[in-house]
Amino acid sequence: MKRFLIPLVLFLGLVIFLAVGLSRDPHEIPSPLVGKPAPGFALNTLDAQAPLFGPQDMKGRVWILNVWATWCTACRQEHPLWVAFSKENALPIVGLNYKEIQPQDEPAGRKYASDEKLKLARERSALWLQRYGDPYLLSVLDLDGRVGIDYGVYGVPETYLIDKNGVIQYKKIGAMTPELLQSTLLPLVRKLNAL
Amino acid sequence: MIITTRWGKSLGLALLGLLIGWAPLQAKEAVPAPGDPVIEKRLALISEELRCLVCQNESLASSRAELANDLREEVRKLLREDQSDAQIKAYLVMRYGDFVLYRPEVKPLTWVLWFGPFALLLLGLLGLMAYIRERQSVKPAQAPLSEEDRRKVERILKMGDAP
Repeated sequence: MKRFLIPLVLFLGLVIFLAVGLSRDPHEIPSPLVGKPAPGFALNTLDAQAPLFGPQDMKGRVWILNVWATWCTACRQEHPLWVAFSKENALPIVGLNYKEIQPQDEPAGRKYASDEKLKLARERSALWLQRYGDPYLLSVLDLDGRVGIDYGVYGVPETYLIDKNGVIQYKKIGAMTPELLQSTLLPLVRKLNAL
Repeated sequence: MIITTRWGKSLGLALLGLLIGWAPLQAKEAVPAPGDPVIEKRLALISEELRCLVCQNESLASSRAELANDLREEVRKLLREDQSDAQIKAYLVMRYGDFVLYRPEVKPLTWVLWFGPFALLLLGLLGLMAYIRERQSVKPAQAPLSEEDRRKVERILKMGDAP
């Protein structure tokens, strides 16, 4: 009996190990940024008249930074969730438009000048928000993706929850789901707001 | 393969033509790297060690993904600022986590990764040793026979003797 028990236990151990390993999404990489201050930036917003915006402008508030772009199809799937959520006025959502103008958007043999790029990105983003709804307090434009690198963005959409002291408390890579919003994000928001 | 028929020759020529025709298209993919050869060489070395996060089984050196391009450009910039390889890796780990490194740093969190296989090997060897020792300890000569067995053996041996 013992002869069969040991291999059986070993086998079950292996099965559990593999079951856990295989059911995990390799794209869900634990972010080293959670618990660290949100990297600073000063970026243009969609509003040409508005001053540059940075995370320091949100000091004292719990807020969401949502990375999006008009070329990102998963963002369009996620978007109605944010539009609905923004109507509850629970907390401000700031959009970070990531590399709106892609290399393939540029005319052949020529690169856009930065002001040209900015203008086009503003037009395109504004049109998209007009069409699908605008849940954002404001949206900043990260045209060259430098801020994205600082935030470790590698798959748009991404969502960050930042506390009153400007510390990142949560990060979601990929589209936010209603379940995740209810089960994880909102309880955390309530906790952080109570602090 | 030796092409002998005329048909074969023309096919060969057509294939050759296709290859030549393709060459410029292929060349377009690989963007010629600008600038300093020393920096380019270091970039090539360091980006072999870094994982492309979008296409996870490619290194940063081999990936053509947009983000990989940006990150290579970023690493190039850091190299120009004369940062060490360790500094550059730390810069990327701070943003993307240990996952970005193909050879993660040895620290408590990665101990299982680094030493797990050796621990398993040791466990296997210990098991094997225990197994061998157990088998050796049960020598047939040492196994005592019961009185009944002894009689049985003698009877069988005797029967074998008898013609």
